[in-house]
Amino acid sequence: MSVDQNTVRRIAKLARIAVREDELPALAGELNTILDWVEMLGEVDTQGVEPMTSAVAMTMKMREDVVTSGNHQKDVTGNAPSSEDGFYVVPRVVE
Amino acid sequence: MTVVYSMQHRDPRDEDLIKGTTGDWEIILGLEVHAQISSKAKLFSGASTEFGAEPNTQVSLVDAALPGMLPVINRYCVEQAVKTGLGLRAKINPYSVFDRKNYFYPDLPQGYQISQFKSPIVGEGEVVIDLAGGRSIAVGIERLHMEQDAGKSVHDLAPGNSHVDLNRSGVALMEIVSKPDMRSSDEARAYVTKLRTILRYLGTCDGNMEEGSLRADVNVSVRRPGEKLGTRCEIKNVNSIRFIGQAIEYEARRQIEILEEGGSITQETRLFDPKAGETRSMRSKEEAHDYRYFPDPDLLPLVLDQADIDRIAANLPELPDDKKARLMSEYGLSAYDATVLVGEAATADYYEAVMKSGKPGRDGKLAVNWMTSDLYGALNREGHTIETSPVSPKQLGELVDLITDGTISGRIAKDVFDSMYKTGRDPAEIVEKDGLRQVTDTGAIEAAVDAIMAANPDKVAQAKEKPALAGWFVGQVMKSTSGKANPQVVNEIIAAKLGASSDD
Amino acid sequence: MMSDLTKLTLAGARDALKAKEITSVELTGAYLKAMEAGKALNAYVTVTADKALEMAKASDAKLAKGEGGALEGIPLGIKDLFATKGVLTTACSHILDGFVPPYESTVTSNLWRDGAVMLGKLNNDEFAMGSSNETSFYGPVVNPWRRNGDTTNLVPGGSSGGSSSAVSARLCLAATATDTGGSIRQPAAFTGTVGIKPTYGRCSRWGVVAFASSLDQAGPITRDVRDAAIMLGSMAGYDEKDSTSVNQPVPDYEAALGKGIKGLRVGIPKEYRVDGMNAEIDALWTRGIEWLKAAGAEIVDVSLPNTKYALPTYYIVAPAEASSNLARYDGVRYGLRVEGKDITDMYEKTRAAGFGAEVRRRVLIGTYVLSAGYYDAYYLKAQQVRTLIARDFAEAYRSCDVLLTPTAPSAAFGIGEKTSDPLSMYLNDVFTVTVNLAGLPGISVPAGLSSEGLPLGLQLIGKTFDEETLLRAAFALEQAAEFTAEPKTWWTA
Ligand SMILES: [Mg+2]
Ligand SMILES: [Zn+2]
Repeated sequence: MSVDQNTVRRIAKLARIAVREDELPALAGELNTILDWVEMLGEVDTQGVEPMTSAVAMTMKMREDVVTSGNHQKDVTGNAPSSEDGFYVVPRVVE
Repeated sequence: MTVVYSMQHRDPRDEDLIKGTTGDWEIILGLEVHAQISSKAKLFSGASTEFGAEPNTQVSLVDAALPGMLPVINRYCVEQAVKTGLGLRAKINPYSVFDRKNYFYPDLPQGYQISQFKSPIVGEGEVVIDLAGGRSIAVGIERLHMEQDAGKSVHDLAPGNSHVDLNRSGVALMEIVSKPDMRSSDEARAYVTKLRTILRYLGTCDGNMEEGSLRADVNVSVRRPGEKLGTRCEIKNVNSIRFIGQAIEYEARRQIEILEEGGSITQETRLFDPKAGETRSMRSKEEAHDYRYFPDPDLLPLVLDQADIDRIAANLPELPDDKKARLMSEYGLSAYDATVLVGEAATADYYEAVMKSGKPGRDGKLAVNWMTSDLYGALNREGHTIETSPVSPKQLGELVDLITDGTISGRIAKDVFDSMYKTGRDPAEIVEKDGLRQVTDTGAIEAAVDAIMAANPDKVAQAKEKPALAGWFVGQVMKSTSGKANPQVVNEIIAAKLGASSDD
Repeated sequence: MMSDLTKLTLAGARDALKAKEITSVELTGAYLKAMEAGKALNAYVTVTADKALEMAKASDAKLAKGEGGALEGIPLGIKDLFATKGVLTTACSHILDGFVPPYESTVTSNLWRDGAVMLGKLNNDEFAMGSSNETSFYGPVVNPWRRNGDTTNLVPGGSSGGSSSAVSARLCLAATATDTGGSIRQPAAFTGTVGIKPTYGRCSRWGVVAFASSLDQAGPITRDVRDAAIMLGSMAGYDEKDSTSVNQPVPDYEAALGKGIKGLRVGIPKEYRVDGMNAEIDALWTRGIEWLKAAGAEIVDVSLPNTKYALPTYYIVAPAEASSNLARYDGVRYGLRVEGKDITDMYEKTRAAGFGAEVRRRVLIGTYVLSAGYYDAYYLKAQQVRTLIARDFAEAYRSCDVLLTPTAPSAAFGIGEKTSDPLSMYLNDVFTVTVNLAGLPGISVPAGLSSEGLPLGLQLIGKTFDEETLLRAAFALEQAAEFTAEPKTWWTA
């Protein structure tokens, strides 16, 4: 599988990273080098092998339904590039 | 979310078809209902779920997705999802997985929603819905999964900007996905109504649609009867049962119009605008969604113990369908009356309290009628609920008994009820103190009848010709006895007297 | 006198503090001075001198009363990936410009609980993505070691290059670090220090800026194995706030060290003898085997047949997780924002400006391998191969207790030497990533010098949650290797 510049453009859009047109050829080249290399996994017979979903052999631990956090609006919005009246402010979102 | 459905076969009913200019159309409906789990804290954080707080005050560092923050699941929420699955008579999956659904949106702080994609906690189930004319159908449930709610963007606080509040971010939701088994807006509304009833019985979701605790995404498509499925549109986040009906009606007609003019339907997400009563396209079409689901590596597989599932099953409350069947068999109710009663657990509870408060054999049908007409009327008028009713079940039961044993007439009973509602007094006391006891003494009634007949010989003559005029005498007698005369006895005596004379 | 204080190991300083031979303020002052003199190494991105002295004073007060924790008064450097309350935390990325967390990571909280003193935040590869510490927004870190008769600046390894450089140059007594594919062990090998990555789940990830959640683990970089045991004992522990943290008691690691390795079965995985292997590394490995045998260990040949698939597996799994973990850096709630004409434009400009080339590359790869139609071929496949790799280890551990391998395929290389070819950079992790994929503990111990005079490390790999045996073997290896070389302090001149 080889990625063309259009694919790089689409992926960059999905990842929300602006990429200049003149960067596309080099990026496509780099990504192809890496993807060609990982292609070697195709040799491995993984028929019937469960994917490893976790590095620890345990099941999910759970917490109790107790309110332990809240009322720290300042901590929550204190690092925001733009905030107002306790809200984060972003460029207008149109549905 | 997009699922491959299996659809049950149903022959289209004529009354469900929409008449287009070129022929009939069938509507195919499937619903995805988002129900907020009634928990104190959020699904993966310890922030409160309370409605209506100041912006960003119910947000933990996890909900705001600060760097290095990690999710830990709320056990109560898991149990409520299992409970709901059991209530939907669905398969509980002992092994389920949380996935990340990746997309960018300002009210989605992590850049992904934690949801369940491939392995949901609940599999297939069924909801039976009751429709007009005593018809009922089973709507298939495809799955139920748990996921995080998003925050809220406010668009009108300042020009050019949106304001983001994350109070809802991370609140636990159950997404309940139906199969495309509904064929009319009535069925869709009945489905949501029934689902809401079940959730409220279980106590797993308060069903408050105004506060957004229950929202529906409606998938609408149309086809010629018997033909293959059409392209569907998803109407997002409809937040009232009435709007669900309106949105479907509008959307189905819109699609039919396009198809009849030779056009085709574009699969898209639409929004219902209640003010305009129409649906409109929501996101630009060219932007294809690619959510890149993968198992959330911050979490582990959710493995349920069969013993825990069994314990939840053993503690399940009686569900509406079971309660309905029991009310019908135990109290001889009609399916219609039983359905009305089980719509809210509190109503059914009130009814059962009425029936259990007195001697066995109380008239169940009469009790339902009094609840659904006079009691509901008064509660609505006075802004009370069944839980805050000034008339207790025991008192209403006693009123029913007074009617059944002939102590008072149905007409007098209405006055007694009004007095009970206003004063909280027991009905027997009102009847005694206000002298409302029904007169069943035939001698006294006969005397009253004779007096009226003697005063109106012309009417007697007319009534002998036309027996239907006997009603005039009944009314006069009731008036002269202040309504206390037993109407049946009055009827019998008048009929006898008018008939006996005619023999002459 | 001051420079002498920085010669102490952590254990030595601890004992001297307890014996009231030195004070924490003196010790901390000596380090702050060394840090000032060592600026050319670019190991620190933030220095918290006032906070350090304040903490040192508090420690001295406790020590004076004969109180204090296991690390009372010990000055440490903290990798900038750990959130430190009230102190700038950036993961050395432009996108976290100005971010001051209102919270403290669990691991650093544990260190302060035990009395440690914070000197500052250490440089690292941006979001820990790199093997040479050249991807940091704050510039590359310089290795205190140089080749014999050569003034070329070398890399300190990565991503924990600030940690390895600072410990090696004595700019802190020990440092925290993180390891996703070798980021503790490889820099330790490049700088003649000890680095241990514990079992996945041993140290809490709460408050550590995430790179790849299923692989990330915190651990220390230290002067020697004893110091590593002491540091790990404080850093480790169960944390309710991390769903992947394991509830197991933390043993007294230091106490495990002196027990010897008589009868210990040491496995030698034949697949690690890769084609075109550096002869010096190969020779060092052979020497390591001899040392352990001489110390009483039994040497066993084992096979890890899927080893060669580990690196490509890693370069699918790690970028996939990273692409999602880094989605939160969107210019809304913290860090950099570059305004745009609408919300999407703002996201795209912010992330283009905020992420460096390597981070961008990995986010794009990760996005691609998870995208519609490719998930099964890449991500699912990689996770299946990962299962096979973990099974290889389980199988090997039926006949041995620890494994011995080289840590890295070469000694430290020059700054800029490998930056043009991402793939050759990725090959640095060839011996270390297997351990992360399987969730096992691994440690790098300095074992010798290359012909050019650069430190080389050997890696020991342990069984899940058996860091005690791992440290015991590492201690034996360290004693046999008698590595005493030090970098010349050219940077102070
Ligand atoms: Mg949906
Ligand atoms: Zn949903």
